[in-house]
Amino acid sequence: MYNFTFHRPTTVRQAAGLLGRNPEAKLLAGGHSLIPVMKQRLAQPSALIDLSKVEGMVGVELKGRSVTIGAMTRHADVANSTVLKEVMPGLAMVPGSIGDPQVRNRGTIGGSIANNDPNADYPAACLGLGATIITNKRRIVADDFFTGMFSTTLEDGEIIVKISFPIAKKAAYEKFKHPASGFALVGVFASKRGSDIRVAVTGAGSNGVFRVKSFEEALKKRFSPKSLEGLSIPATGMNADIHASPEYRAHLVGVLARRAVAKAVG
Amino acid sequence: MSATGIGAAVRRKEDFRFVTGKGQYTDDVVRPGETRAVFVRSPHAHAKIKSIDVSAAKKMPGVIDVLTGADLATDKIGNLICGWMIHSKDGTPMKMSAHPALAAGKVNCVGDAVAVVIAESIAQGKEAAEKVKVDYDVLQAVIDPAKAQAKGAPQIHADIPNNTIYQWHLGDPKATAAAFAAAKHVTKLDIVNNRLVPNAMEPRAALAEYDEGSDHLTLWSTSQNPHVARLVISAFVGITPEHKLRVIAPDVGGGFGSKIFIYPEEVVCLWASRKVKRPVKWTSDRSEAFLTDAHGRDHVTHAELALDADGKILALRAKTIANLGAYMSTFSSSVPTYLYATLLSGQYNIPSIYCEVDAVYTNTAPVDAYRGAGRPEAAFVVERLMEVTARQMAIDPADLRKRNFITAFPHQTPVIMAYDAGDFHASLKKALELADVKGFGKRKREAARHGKLRGLGYSAYIEACGIAPSQAVGSLGAGVGLWESAEVRVNPTGSVEVLTGCHAHGQGHETTFAQLVSERLGIPFDNVSIVHGDTDKVQFGMGTYGSRSGAVGMSAIVKALDKIEAKAKKVAAYVLEAAEGDIEFKDGKFTVAGTDKSAAWGDVALNAYIAHKFVGADLEPGLKETSFYDPTNFTFPAGCHICEVEVDIDTGKTDIVNWTAIDDFGTVINPMIVEGQVHGGIAQGVGQALLEGAVYSKEGQLVTGSMMDYTMPRAHDLPSFHVGLTTTKSPSNPLGIKGCGEAGAIAAPAAVINAITDAIGTEDLAMPATANAVWSALQRAKPRQVA
Ligand SMILES: Cc1cc2nc3c(=O)[nH]c(=O)nc-3n(C[C@H](O)[C@H](O)[C@H](O)COP(=O)(O)OP(=O)(O)OC[C@H]3O[C@@H](n4cnc5c(N)ncnc54)[C@H](O)[C@@H]3O)c2cc1C
Repeated sequence: MYNFTFHRPTTVRQAAGLLGRNPEAKLLAGGHSLIPVMKQRLAQPSALIDLSKVEGMVGVELKGRSVTIGAMTRHADVANSTVLKEVMPGLAMVPGSIGDPQVRNRGTIGGSIANNDPNADYPAACLGLGATIITNKRRIVADDFFTGMFSTTLEDGEIIVKISFPIAKKAAYEKFKHPASGFALVGVFASKRGSDIRVAVTGAGSNGVFRVKSFEEALKKRFSPKSLEGLSIPATGMNADIHASPEYRAHLVGVLARRAVAKAVG
Repeated sequence: MSATGIGAAVRRKEDFRFVTGKGQYTDDVVRPGETRAVFVRSPHAHAKIKSIDVSAAKKMPGVIDVLTGADLATDKIGNLICGWMIHSKDGTPMKMSAHPALAAGKVNCVGDAVAVVIAESIAQGKEAAEKVKVDYDVLQAVIDPAKAQAKGAPQIHADIPNNTIYQWHLGDPKATAAAFAAAKHVTKLDIVNNRLVPNAMEPRAALAEYDEGSDHLTLWSTSQNPHVARLVISAFVGITPEHKLRVIAPDVGGGFGSKIFIYPEEVVCLWASRKVKRPVKWTSDRSEAFLTDAHGRDHVTHAELALDADGKILALRAKTIANLGAYMSTFSSSVPTYLYATLLSGQYNIPSIYCEVDAVYTNTAPVDAYRGAGRPEAAFVVERLMEVTARQMAIDPADLRKRNFITAFPHQTPVIMAYDAGDFHASLKKALELADVKGFGKRKREAARHGKLRGLGYSAYIEACGIAPSQAVGSLGAGVGLWESAEVRVNPTGSVEVLTGCHAHGQGHETTFAQLVSERLGIPFDNVSIVHGDTDKVQFGMGTYGSRSGAVGMSAIVKALDKIEAKAKKVAAYVLEAAEGDIEFKDGKFTVAGTDKSAAWGDVALNAYIAHKFVGADLEPGLKETSFYDPTNFTFPAGCHICEVEVDIDTGKTDIVNWTAIDDFGTVINPMIVEGQVHGGIAQGVGQALLEGAVYSKEGQLVTGSMMDYTMPRAHDLPSFHVGLTTTKSPSNPLGIKGCGEAGAIAAPAAVINAITDAIGTEDLAMPATANAVWSALQRAKPRQVA
């Protein structure tokens, strides 16, 4: 690890100010993506701006027809939130499937979606529910937020403060774990909120999380796994690595989508 | 059986310190003025070093020195060696390349050490290491062992043509060919035994300290065999004479073979500590461990089995290419030869066997012994052949095995080994019952209703342990004898220290060896302590690997205890004023036969030292005896494992739903520890079969260089095992022990793959059988109809 300076602001304004003054600085949330790359000397931030003491960034709140989750809320706290488990258990499944207890007790939702690891779970939930990402500057809909592997529309100096999820009556996540890392080799989030039907896929696409419009169309007729029978997506554009071929990933998207829908209606 | 004697499931003495964080591992040892070594490693698999510039690095803060291969050569430090000579078919000796501890002009695998920075701290060392400028001329690399010998393949060592180390063979080619010609059925299989990364929990570490006053060097090291390390480092590498080097292997957190070998890092730390006149410590990080620990397995094999119309085996033949990596590690040459082909008879009566093995260099990490070492590869060949044959000949796989089991002992196989005891029918029978094979059909139909394919796979393995009779291994090329030593010291208070040449790194010797002494001398288990792992304390010994510590190491203790008892009886005769011949020793008490006169163990021990009852001219004071025990044969643990799996048709994911392990380990000292060894072994074998596999890119980068890509088995990958024992005692050592450390890893891979291929109806499946691999196999094949 290279040397860096360390800041611990208490308000979003202060944090943004520090970011503005230190262009080589990085925000530190749970540190479970950032610290490993620093230890491997692959990242060399001049400063870390720790968000753990910033007010108003933690908690799961029910607000009318949506649930708002503070960016610094740990995976374990989202997974165990009684509010969330009551209004939308399908979303609580997502952080519950992340890593191991150590990871779930440190990692945060804000860090996960800012990082946009192509195998991360939360991006599928954000896109699969049509969430809104609220930063210190603006509100960004999920469909615009994720722009490719490890890339988002976040600008320099922009801090995710919270994420707002509309409550879908039917929602579920199905994850096929990467055998070594435990991330999603493929993960599918499916939801139905009135006529808004979404099927979002993580882990599979070489461009990060994406929606499967053909599946969504089919589900509009009837939100049932039967509607997806015989449907598949092409292998082109799927990730290829030693753990899964593009064909296998494409195949899993179909299998997991059917299982997610079954779970959502189940 | 006493509560702490042989056969008792005594809790492990050593676990208190291990589970409370009070162990002392090499990295925990801190010496005054200690410096840290940081290695500059090659990012290329194959390259010429045009130049190395260390000037900028030397100026970095906290840097004490920066050393390269040129400095090593100037100081005339010798090469690392492989200590087992193998001769090719044509009689020529194996071709061992130079292996300097720091690269000399050329690098041959990613991670090859090029330079070392000695710094005040690791952080400063790493900063400086980035400033070492190495100018490489990158060469084409050869990674695939099957392509290493091809015409035009990149040459790794200029003096070794075709990257071929040896072309060895064993068995009778003519008789085997004749048997194949007469066969009714021939089974053919192509097998890749996948390369594994050992991943001991504690990474390797070395701490070297030079004492200028006495011109003595001390090395703390994560070694499974500190005396062998001392011998090689002094006599072959030439760091310093043997008597001026002390090697201490304190608590060691797992080895699985990978810590048998002598590596560049400990040589460099020793050499550097003398140069900088300060202690030098290196502790591998996990990334370095992936790149530089000797890997395991990596065979490419074509195997065939010939049978008559009744399913009687006539012959077996195999041709294997073994990848030994960029350099020959310490015992690498023996693994794919005498530890492999000698077990190709399995549990079966096979009249003729012929095996050819080509060992090759590639631009990958060195490959050497890893849990089982050669024997898992052999068991996989034999047990896959058996299962596939049964399917092809439509014979029940258990029945095919029964028709061919060896039933009379001793049994001379055509491949050197002479099995001395065993009962293969017994272990198979017990396994069939415990696994409820009768009920399998019903379970399979039930699974099919839930979209799951169920399969059953057998593995009736045998291995050779208790390594090894010195004369035998000497005749096969070993550079060392494989006896073991023990010294038993009885203190004046009657407590006992046992100094063993074995080394524990997870096996629980402090418990099992104390059980033996407690049983034999009738003294409390807590009054015995086991000393190991320090060449200044313990007499020369050969260390721990090859499931040898029970069969060989404990036999040495038994012999030393025999001598102790004989001497103690002499002392007792004086104490009890009786004739020596009338003294009986039982349950820790000496009695005079036919009388009620007795002396307690403690009395006799004290009298041996105060020497008030006898004169030195008649009897030497003291009670301490040493023994060197050389076994008369290998031991042959064997057994039958049955694995039952369910494969998810949709995803290809395999779940192991049932595991039965019936093993014959001879005498069992501590059933709890033995069961633990079986569990760990199966976990590693399942890891190989389902999850693990070291993958290099064509360019020679290790793709599976971290836990994010290399899949280690986890608890949730495994079922609760059903384990049991059948027992035939080994006639080759006084306790009848066979050894249990490797059995699980040897048995498991074939059981898993036999089960999955049974489930999916195709043999076209390589290890690791990941979900993707199984799904692809299902796509390629027309699956047999689900029953
Ligand atoms: C062993 C292991 C297993 C894991 N398994 C999984 C898994 O199964 N599924 C999964 O999805 N993830 C997994 N993760 C990743 C884990 O969820 C991380 O915690 C997460 O991806 C990043 O969150 P963090 O809070 O740790 O962020 P950090 O590591 O602190 O930060 C990550 C990045 O986001 C930026 N950032 C952080 N917070 C904000 C913010 N509020 N606004 C703007 N930018 C911000 C940081 O500057 C940094 O660039 C695993 C991690 C580990 C170590």
